[in-house]
Amino acid sequence: MTIKVLGTGCDKCKKLEKHTQQAVEELGLEATVEKVEDIGKIIGYGVMQTPALVVDEKVRSTGKLLTVEEVKAILL
Amino acid sequence: MFIFSFINDQILKMVWLSDLVTWLLGDLFKFNLDGKFGSSLHFFIYDTVKIMILLAVLIYFVSYIQSYFPPERTKKIIGRFNGITANLLGALLGTVTPFCSCSSIPLFIGFTNAGLPVGVTFSFLVSSPLVDLASVLLLASIFNWRIAIAYVLFGILLAVVSGTLLSYLKVERYVAPYVYGLGSADFEPDAMTRKERHSFAIGQVKEIVNKVWLYILIGVSIGALIHNVIPESVITALLGQDKWYSVPLATLVGIPMYADIFGTLPIAEALVSRGIGIGTALAFMMAVTALSLPSMILLKKVVQTRLLLIFVAIVSIGILTIGFIFNAFGYLLI
Repeated sequence: MTIKVLGTGCDKCKKLEKHTQQAVEELGLEATVEKVEDIGKIIGYGVMQTPALVVDEKVRSTGKLLTVEEVKAILL
Repeated sequence: MFIFSFINDQILKMVWLSDLVTWLLGDLFKFNLDGKFGSSLHFFIYDTVKIMILLAVLIYFVSYIQSYFPPERTKKIIGRFNGITANLLGALLGTVTPFCSCSSIPLFIGFTNAGLPVGVTFSFLVSSPLVDLASVLLLASIFNWRIAIAYVLFGILLAVVSGTLLSYLKVERYVAPYVYGLGSADFEPDAMTRKERHSFAIGQVKEIVNKVWLYILIGVSIGALIHNVIPESVITALLGQDKWYSVPLATLVGIPMYADIFGTLPIAEALVSRGIGIGTALAFMMAVTALSLPSMILLKKVVQTRLLLIFVAIVSIGILTIGFIFNAFGYLLI
């Protein structure tokens, strides 16, 4: 599983990255968590609100700082 | 009528809270509420608590409504219209689309890439911080309904006119070329469930309260100073209604300031209570919220400085005009 956190470096984006990493660990998933900061790539996903969460190239959440539990629900 | 005035006085204006603070300070702690210190303290406590309560409740409901209008969807809706209709729609949707200045770059690129005229995007960017549902209710709470409605109408008018003027000036040529080169996918977020909307709204309340409480405290503190400590003669000499330069001065002071509308309201309230024209107070609030330095710095990444200067000039002239109009006809509203 490839997980990407899209964000231009704002506070919320960094927190979402942390929450995602924690969710992956707690679920014991084999997944890579990558941070995408390039605005061109973010726009490429059609996302206009950061942070966003992309799982296996599919946008699953935008403009929201998800909690660890919410990330888990998306990943399962 | 009785029910409306009860709701208006007790829920929106929170007269009970004012009475409670009066009782606490006057009867319990024996402060002289007619004195400078006592009345400033009353203003400080009452305004802080009132704005915080209203803010939390309003943000919840407003965010719930906003969850129906993600910008990806707004972009599609506006894209179906042309000309001034698109500007008007941009301004109107700006009031209900959730927006934080940190998202202004992806939003700008997303809108532009979808083929929306830059002027329409700017209509959206003006109205979004300037007019939102929460600010309308707060204005009604602190001033009255007539002022709140006039503020909304003129705020939207300002967004439409400045966006239309930008389109007319063909500002597309000042957009950084790389913006057009970025491919953009059409992504429509899944419809949210009621539970997700609730959690989105709660998240927004926490986030916004976290972000603005300091501005509110600063705003109310300045308001308390204006209210009683700074002599009235100083205030009227600088910003009095009879001084032609009061509106430009308020606008000029407001532009570099970066605060939320919630932080500026107590300052405007205190100014008006000391006899400043309502137009001067509104010009100050609009300058602070519509033109902010941090969002200009962000936008500089996608447009040339010249476009930003034109934009600031147009919006400033608009704010000045609104200020003068309100000062001239404000007596109809109070």
